[in-house]
Amino acid sequence: MSNEFLKIENLHIHYVTQEGTVKAVNGINLELEKGESLGLVGETGAGKTTTALGVLRLIPDPPGKIIDGNIYFEGKDVLDLTEEEMRKIRGNKVSMIFQDPMTSLNPVMTVGEQIAEVIEIHEDVTSAEAKEKSKEMLELVGIAGNRSNEYPHQFSGGMKQRVVIAIALACSPELLIADEPTTALDVTIQAQVLDLMKNLKEEFNTAMLLITHDLGVVAEACDKVAIMYAGEIVEFATIENLFTDPKHPYTVGLFGSIPNLEEEVDRLNPIKGLMPDPTELPSGCKFHPRCPHAEAICAEKQPGDTDVKENHRVRCFLYTGEVERKEEEK
Amino acid sequence: MANENVAGSEDIVVKKKKRSQWAEVWDRLKTNKMAMIGLGMLVVLVLLAVFADVIADYEEVVIKMDTSIRLQGPSADNWLGTDELGRDIFARIVHGARVSLQVGIIAVGIAIAIGGTLGAIAGFYGGKLDNLIMRAMDIFLAIPSIMLAIAIVSSLGTNMLNLMLAVGISSIPRYARIVRASVISVKDEEFIEAARAIGAKDSRIIIKHIIPNSLAPVIVQATLGVAGAILSTAGLSFIGLGIEKPAPEWGSMLSSGRPFLRDAPHVTTFPGIAIMITILSLNLLGDGLRDALDPRLRQ
Repeated sequence: MSNEFLKIENLHIHYVTQEGTVKAVNGINLELEKGESLGLVGETGAGKTTTALGVLRLIPDPPGKIIDGNIYFEGKDVLDLTEEEMRKIRGNKVSMIFQDPMTSLNPVMTVGEQIAEVIEIHEDVTSAEAKEKSKEMLELVGIAGNRSNEYPHQFSGGMKQRVVIAIALACSPELLIADEPTTALDVTIQAQVLDLMKNLKEEFNTAMLLITHDLGVVAEACDKVAIMYAGEIVEFATIENLFTDPKHPYTVGLFGSIPNLEEEVDRLNPIKGLMPDPTELPSGCKFHPRCPHAEAICAEKQPGDTDVKENHRVRCFLYTGEVERKEEEK
Repeated sequence: MANENVAGSEDIVVKKKKRSQWAEVWDRLKTNKMAMIGLGMLVVLVLLAVFADVIADYEEVVIKMDTSIRLQGPSADNWLGTDELGRDIFARIVHGARVSLQVGIIAVGIAIAIGGTLGAIAGFYGGKLDNLIMRAMDIFLAIPSIMLAIAIVSSLGTNMLNLMLAVGISSIPRYARIVRASVISVKDEEFIEAARAIGAKDSRIIIKHIIPNSLAPVIVQATLGVAGAILSTAGLSFIGLGIEKPAPEWGSMLSSGRPFLRDAPHVTTFPGIAIMITILSLNLLGDGLRDALDPRLRQ
C-alpha cells in the first residue's frame, strides 16, 4: 500500500501478437506527487504511450496485457478496480490529452456537445447546465463561447487541441496525462498550447504526466523527468539534476545529439545504432549495444536502480562501481 | 499569450457559417442533377401516397366494381383506363403507391433495426461474438432472399404486416454486414479511444460516437434497399402472396391484368410503369447519396 498520489511499481506491459511478444514496458517505477508534473521522455517505441494508457487501463486487449506490477492512484491499485470503478476515474480524476487533435475529436458532434459529454457522464447536472459549463470551458482555453455549436472541422489544429484540453479539464481532474500534446502542432502554436496547459494546470492544481520526445518541452513544463529507453526508465530525476548533471549514458547521448546554437558544427552527433527491436530485446542492460562504456557485465546482468543523489536514480552499472567509465571517443 | 488569443479568436470567428456535415452533404447532393430528378419523382410519389384519399375515394372508386366499363382504354373519366373489373387504374395505382412505399420503408426499417444492431455488436466486440453473429448471417445469406420471403409469408399468412416482416427479415444479413464493416473502420479511430478515456460506457460509445460516424453507407444501402423491397413486394403479390384482394397493389395488378395482355395492354403497362418509376427514382437518389457521402469526392 502506498499513500503517494501516483506510484507505478515494476510495471510490465506486453503486446502478444502472432509475430512475437512485443515487450513494450519492462519494469518501470515512478512516483508523482499531487500537483507535480513529470515528463516522460523517450524515442518512438520506448513505451511512453503504453505506460500512459496503462494508468487509465486503456491498453487495447487483445493484444496488450499488463503482465506484472502495480499502479497506485490515491493509494488504490487501479489494476484491482472493476470496470465500473475505472470508468468513474477516467475523465473525472484522471484525464488524457491525445497526440493528434485532428483525429481525437468526433467529427459529427459539435465541440460543445463533446465537452458537455464528459460533464454529463461524471457530474450530476442537467444537459442545459452541462452546455453552459462547456461554454465556460471553451472561454477558459481561449475560444469564444459562441463557437460551441461548431464542428471540429471548422477549427484549426491549435484550436482543436485547445478543445481537447477543455474536455480533459472539464471535470477538474487530479491527474492529467498528456500524450505528446504538441507534436502535431507547429512551433508557435506549440508554445501557446504549452503555456495554456501550464497556466491551467496551476489554476486547477492538477498533476501532469507529460509524454514527449522533446527535451525542450520538458524543460519548460515539468518538475521531474523520467527518461525511457526500450520500456525501462533509465534515469529519473528532478529537472535541475537532469539538465545540469545527466548520468545515464543514454541521457548524455540525448543531450549530446542536440545541436548547440553557439557552436558551428558540420554534422549532428547522434547516439550510434538504433532502438532495439522490442520483440528481441538485448540481454542485460537494454542499452549496452549502443553504450560507449559497455563491458561484458552489461550484456549479462540487468542493472538495478541506483540512487546517485536525492531524487535522482539511474539504472546503470557505471554508478554501482561495476563498470569503469571510458573516455568519450571522438 | 493565452489572453491575447482570446481576443484574436473572437474577431475571426464571427462571420463563419455554422454548418453540420449533413448540410454539406445536402449541398453536394443538390449539384447532382440525376439525384435531384430522382428525389423530385420520389417526392411526387410520396405526396400521391399521402393524399391518396383526397385524389380518389377508396370505397367508391378504388375497390368498387363496375363491369359495364371493364377493360376500357384511357379516357377523360378514367385517365389510365379501367381494369378487368371496371376499376379506375389511376386510382388503384395511387392507392397502390401507399402500400408499396409503406411496405418498402417499414421492411427496410425492420431490416436496419435488427441487422444494424447485430452488425454493430459484431463489429464493436469482435472475437467469438462477431463470429457467431456473422456465421448466422452467412447461413441466412445462403438462402435466396425471395425464397426466404415466400417461406415466411406462406407460413405466417398473407397480410401487410407479414409481408413487411418477410421482406424485412430476408434483407437483415445485408445490413448486418454493412454496419459491421462500417463500425470496424470507425472503432479504431482515436476519438473512440478518447471517448473511452473520458469514462464513456460501451453503449454510449456505440450510440453516440460509432453509429453517427458509420451511417453514410447505411443510408445509401437503405435508399437502394427500399427499391429492392418494393420490387420484392410486387414480386410476392404477383405470385399471390402479397396483400389480400381487393386492396390495390402494383404486383397483384400486374398479375390480374396478365390474361388480358393482348386485348388491354394498359392494364399491365401502367402498374409496370409505376413500379419502374419508383425503383428508378430511388436508385437515382441512392447513387447520388453515395457520391455525396463519399469523403474522397469532397472538395
